Amino acid sequence: MSNDAENSKLLGRRNLLKALATVPLLGTLTYAGLKKHSNTAANNVEVLNALGFPKNTGLSIKPGAVGTIIHNNNPHIRLGFIGVGGRGRHLMQCAGFAPPEYVQDWMDKHAENPDDNRYQNFLEQDDLNVSVIAVCDVFDEHARLALEAASNADKKGQKDFKGITVKRYKTYQELIADKDIDAVVIATPDHWHAPIAIAAANAGKHVYVEKPMTNNVAETYELKDAVIKSGIAFQVGHQGRQTESYIRAKEVLDKGVLGKISLIEVTTNRNSPNGAWVYDLHPLATPDTIDWKQFLGNAPEIPFSPERFFRWRCWWDYASGLSGDLLTHEFDAINQVMNLGIPHSCVASGGVYFYKDGREVPDVFQAVFEYPNRDLTFLYSASLASERHRGKVFMGHDGSMDMDGVTSVYVDRASIKYKDLLDRNLVNPDEPALTFSSATGNIDAITSPTAKYFAKRGLLYTYRDGKRYDAAHLHIREWLDAIRNKQQPSCDIQQGFEEAMIAHMATISYREGVKTYWDAEKEMIVKGNSVKM
Amino acid sequence: MKPKYTSLQLFALTALRVSIGWHFFYEGFTKLLNPNWSSAGYLNDSQGWFAGLFHAIAGNQSLLAAADFLNVWGLIAVGVGLLIGIFSRYAALGGMLLLAFYYLSHPPLMNASYSLPSEGSYLWINKNIIELFALWLVFLFNTSSIIGIDRLLKRK
Repeated sequence: MSNDAENSKLLGRRNLLKALATVPLLGTLTYAGLKKHSNTAANNVEVLNALGFPKNTGLSIKPGAVGTIIHNNNPHIRLGFIGVGGRGRHLMQCAGFAPPEYVQDWMDKHAENPDDNRYQNFLEQDDLNVSVIAVCDVFDEHARLALEAASNADKKGQKDFKGITVKRYKTYQELIADKDIDAVVIATPDHWHAPIAIAAANAGKHVYVEKPMTNNVAETYELKDAVIKSGIAFQVGHQGRQTESYIRAKEVLDKGVLGKISLIEVTTNRNSPNGAWVYDLHPLATPDTIDWKQFLGNAPEIPFSPERFFRWRCWWDYASGLSGDLLTHEFDAINQVMNLGIPHSCVASGGVYFYKDGREVPDVFQAVFEYPNRDLTFLYSASLASERHRGKVFMGHDGSMDMDGVTSVYVDRASIKYKDLLDRNLVNPDEPALTFSSATGNIDAITSPTAKYFAKRGLLYTYRDGKRYDAAHLHIREWLDAIRNKQQPSCDIQQGFEEAMIAHMATISYREGVKTYWDAEKEMIVKGNSVKM
Repeated sequence: MKPKYTSLQLFALTALRVSIGWHFFYEGFTKLLNPNWSSAGYLNDSQGWFAGLFHAIAGNQSLLAAADFLNVWGLIAVGVGLLIGIFSRYAALGGMLLLAFYYLSHPPLMNASYSLPSEGSYLWINKNIIELFALWLVFLFNTSSIIGIDRLLKRK
């Protein structure tokens, strides 16, 4: 009997042992997992501290506090749009107005493909409390689409559209003379930016003007004077001002994370006819539907040419190719984070190497700007015939930074400041030590390879307060906010003046084969070697 | 009824069950410890037959939150179940379901290439599907009623 009891006791214990045999593994794994996690976390904290972003203090700029999000949507602002081609209509859409045929198309596309959310996104775009009460364009078809858009505040498709209720002016002078208009958006070809903006400022209308701010040097001074004298709210259309990862990059630069920066490289890498300004010629474009004389303005008189009308960026009379269109964006991105201002000198070169379609402006273009007072070179390199990605790179002694949709900071292998981190293998110079992506609103030190990979590819979107925005919408919004609060927006006349002048320095250098200098005292561009380094 | 195995068979099958459990548990555990973890990037990278579905989940805040939650706690539950042998056969089925999702979201098709680099070279068959079949074996050749908490539960 006692034997049996002993046996069953033994069996019971064996039973329990077998049942619980693998339980210690769970404990071991939990312990080891936590230990690994805390080691990684400790390393991250150390890296973040060393780079100047202590984790526990959080970010000095909270996501969502960047730029301006309107809190006061009043009073109502009445807009006039001058120049309503592709860009002008996009800006109108960013302000809340799209042609019924576009809205209809988005609705139909969504019905076909539920993933196509353009209709939903347009409906969900924040209301800016504005109306577009007048439109001006020299091409009837562009004007019609814009008039329909402006009359479509309810965001209806074609079926429910009630018809045009908005005025079209045939000339910008008439539009500007309209007493009911508070502010104008100018998205004409470049050679019309300054004349119209000057007239608008003189009439006391607030101005949003597309980049480049001006198409020649003389009108740059005139516009600056007109804007300052009138006191209007003035914004140049560099919507990159709203890009959150740029604003975060500024924080990295302000903290001196990269050490001494001696070279900044920015680029344009495009490889499509559209990217090279070979825009479609509209089938309805004729001398009857286009006011050709008004398009030309101060430009030399030549016979009607649809090529020149739609692909105006390719000719010096109406634009300045890469300098005005794309160098300005790149410069403004850097200027906003480093306050570079106008450089001491510029040398530019390039040529028409790929698009031999009769254009005058180069399709491969390099401009080198020197800032001896900042001890650095700002280099712009552009190709319209290769899409290989080259971003915006800041080269510092202790680290470098890519400023893209995602901002990534790399520690330099030879850095003295971060030698300790490097020696202890806490950072890998080949991988970003610090990334900022708008999507999570976080600054992450060494995260998982997956996160890093996605971050690098820029697969993450730009958000404000968890909501996705078109940067141009935010840029217009900032301007409206400035009008309402009697302030100046971020890309104001001084920023526009600097942007325009560096574009002109590059254009003059290229076209005349000279080095151009900026005489800071006289505030003027000087050619040749007449200013000593 | 307890299955009959030789001791070597029992050891091999238990080792298989426990290793898969370990893998599941740790995958879930690390995600739980990382407050920034989200399946959005993975889902957005989906290709193949069900890519539309996975993209839709990634694009919807509440669906994404649900997917993240189910994934993390599903991985942990399956991991614990297999590791200590509790409700082990259900855990095996649950694990197979999760693996089927991973496989279908990133099938190694002839012409598919993913942003997320993989550590090996695969065509049609990848480690997800192999682990899925391995779990099928774990399900069919149960060991938790011999080595595992299920041994105690079965008694009652």
